[in-house]
Amino acid sequence: MKRETILNAVILLALLMLPVWALFADEPFLITLTTRAVILAIAGIGLNFALGFGGLVSLGHAAFFGLGGYAMGILAYHAQNYTPMMEWPLLIEGTKSMPLIWLVAIVTGALAALVIGALSLRTTGVYFIMITLAFGQMFYYFAISWPAYGGEDGLSIYVRNGFPGLNTMDPIQFFAICYVLLLIVLFGTWRAARSPFGLMLGAARQNPDRVQAVGQVPYRLYLTAFTISGAITGLAGALFADLNRFVSPAMLSWQTSGEIMVFVILGGVGRVFGPVAGAALFILLEHSLGGLSEFWHIYLGAILLGVVLFARGGLYGLIVGREVAHD
Amino acid sequence: MSILLLIEQALNGLQFGVMLFLMAAGLTLIFGVMGLINLAHGSLYMIGAFAAAGVSALTGSFLLALIASLAAAAMAGVFIEMTVIRRLYDRDHLDQVLATFALILIFSEGTRYLFGSFPLFLDKPEWLSGTVMLPLGIEYSLYRLTLIVVGLAVAAGLFWMIARTRVGIRIRAGENDREMIGALGVNISRLYTQVFALGAALAGLAGALIGAIQAVQIGMGEPVLILAFVVIVIGGIGSIKGAFIGAILVGLTDTLGRFLLPQVFALFMDPSEATSVGSSLASMSIYLLMAGVLLFRPKGLFGEA
Amino acid sequence: MTDPVLDIRGVSKSFGGLKASDQIDLDLRSGEIHALIGPNGAGKSTLIAQIAGALAPDSGEVRFGGRDVTALTTAARARLGLARTFQISCLAMDCTVLQNAMLGALGHRGDVFRFFRPVMRDKDLVARAETALEQVGLQDFRRFRTAELSHGQRRQLEVAVALTLAPKAFVMDEPMAGLGAEGSRQLMTVLDRLRQQAPILLVEHDMDAVFALADRISVLVYGRIIATGSVAEIRNDPAVRSAYLGDEA
Repeated sequence: MKRETILNAVILLALLMLPVWALFADEPFLITLTTRAVILAIAGIGLNFALGFGGLVSLGHAAFFGLGGYAMGILAYHAQNYTPMMEWPLLIEGTKSMPLIWLVAIVTGALAALVIGALSLRTTGVYFIMITLAFGQMFYYFAISWPAYGGEDGLSIYVRNGFPGLNTMDPIQFFAICYVLLLIVLFGTWRAARSPFGLMLGAARQNPDRVQAVGQVPYRLYLTAFTISGAITGLAGALFADLNRFVSPAMLSWQTSGEIMVFVILGGVGRVFGPVAGAALFILLEHSLGGLSEFWHIYLGAILLGVVLFARGGLYGLIVGREVAHD
Repeated sequence: MSILLLIEQALNGLQFGVMLFLMAAGLTLIFGVMGLINLAHGSLYMIGAFAAAGVSALTGSFLLALIASLAAAAMAGVFIEMTVIRRLYDRDHLDQVLATFALILIFSEGTRYLFGSFPLFLDKPEWLSGTVMLPLGIEYSLYRLTLIVVGLAVAAGLFWMIARTRVGIRIRAGENDREMIGALGVNISRLYTQVFALGAALAGLAGALIGAIQAVQIGMGEPVLILAFVVIVIGGIGSIKGAFIGAILVGLTDTLGRFLLPQVFALFMDPSEATSVGSSLASMSIYLLMAGVLLFRPKGLFGEA
Repeated sequence: MTDPVLDIRGVSKSFGGLKASDQIDLDLRSGEIHALIGPNGAGKSTLIAQIAGALAPDSGEVRFGGRDVTALTTAARARLGLARTFQISCLAMDCTVLQNAMLGALGHRGDVFRFFRPVMRDKDLVARAETALEQVGLQDFRRFRTAELSHGQRRQLEVAVALTLAPKAFVMDEPMAGLGAEGSRQLMTVLDRLRQQAPILLVEHDMDAVFALADRISVLVYGRIIATGSVAEIRNDPAVRSAYLGDEA
């Protein structure tokens, strides 16, 4: 078995065993912490789809994460207040049903990514970075200045949304939902990375001229990847908001974009499982360093700097080696 | 709505614009010459503001505070250029983004460690307080007027430096062909450090000048940084002229949008709703401006097509 | 005589005051290798870029397979069967040799937007790619990472990728550049056979290769075609000798 496969299995197993152990040790906080890591991993997988597979350095993924969060917040807000979201031209009501909320979050994330991507992908390189960052900031300011849904204060949800047959307020059951979603997203991403689309997208990342010379248009590949990326990140945002039963403009801030990117980098860019390792590592650092010092971001910054300057493959690069094996 | 109020708002927009230019000019120079995207430019802005607030509190002198902001930001710039940034010139943009993001974390938390979480206040000096009478009977803040004048003077100086001086010639040569200036016997690594220090000093100066009308606090730099990015996208990367036009456009659009849009909506909505819709849209106006430029000129107004 | 496969009519392109292409007429007929030669800076790369669709001519038209393709993008021309190889190898370096060849086959077949079935299990694609690799003699290197290939092997792979497009014409920009004598000889054998499959517009500096392979030669100097003819005609053309070959001798 390849080292990468073993590492994948170890990480997935650790993420599963920790909450199970915490359940028996009666440490509900650890379950919530792991749930957080799992949800952030999904957000990282979303970004990795654009960044790792497509080479699209997006600093605006907080937009999709936050929109997913607000999709959950707004739907649940209307449901808990028994007010319709819209009465004309057709009646739309809020909902407390998770699957429905996920669907809305995915569609919202995808649509936003489609529009932002269609504009930003007209440029490349450093322009693309600045533009995605700017569009992300646009949503942030909009959320702050739009008073209907809490403005700067955000929206609180009294009770976590429901899933048929489960008690979502029980930490371990909510964890199970998120973990299964992570597995589904991982499986889908893993297949997509090896699909015809994945092959052509990888080529477009490495060499757009080559893709054109074989009769394909890089822009369409990038835009598709960016849209899928936004959809996955939107789903993560809805879960994250549900975990906290709270959504605020902070989810849309540029720091969030930066942090999602940090997950991807800590784990290893372009590896399907990289963001899972990265998010877990990030939560671990936050928890352990955060306990040591109030100023733990200094250490995080130093570690990130070290990874970028000296260990570019992230955790996967260190353990597995640099090459990305494909077949 | 009076025409005088509109003119005053336009002046505010101009003042905002020239300050954005100080940020954007450094960023665009650094990108043009070294090919580097520097997210930590906002941190240099913050360092300038904190240095000014600290020195002003100690000495009570605003001029000393400004000098301190220039010196502190330039020194911080030289320090990170020599330790970190220099290793990034040959790296891809992703590495540059990540490393400079890491620098933001370090600078922000470091500043919080030194100065605490509470905002500092930098008072504008006595001799720049109050208002002046402009032609047409417009009463306008003397300090803001000074900012406009200082900003325009710095812009003029920058244009002159790039067009006429030896360093300017090297900078232009560096933008066109990096190997060429090496071949001409210019010490590239010193040139890079100088350009970086110059950009840093401009950012620090902007931070100090703005610090006197806003709170000096952690994280003050990044919103300005992102606006400066919008300026660069609109103006075209690497172009000082583009940065100037873009900065003024962004400054005016933002300020006038916030002023006018609520009033426009008030024409056909009830006042409180008009204010909320208007101000929400105004908060998006510059990004919509950017989107418009992208649709028609993806390389910016003054970028190479 | 049948219509030419590729027909360039009156193509002009200027950069500032410099006429990089000046009223160029050039055609490629089925079954031939038509070599385009000329000193450095003559405008060969500019012309290739206009034929491939990377650069739009100021005036004139490019006809391919009997239709005007001047307004089409690079990708659209490639889909019509115009296969290009690059002067500097243009491959996905982190992919395997086989995957690079499959890119061409996939791009040609066109069903790129499928997200679930592993591409390596697509027997049709793999077979097409392997056939092309065999034709250029790279079948033993199919599992190598492209970055590990030698310079000459990358050249061969460029040709293989072009082959997977089932092209109606090849445009090759200096395929021999940087190859040793052995590499050149190998690639010449490949090209010699290829012309039966589809005609080749060959831009090349290596005069031995050009004289050995070409059915016709056109000479480009300062953006103009100064002569077109058989190998013998070009060798004996006084204008060519003074403008170009004279320099070399």
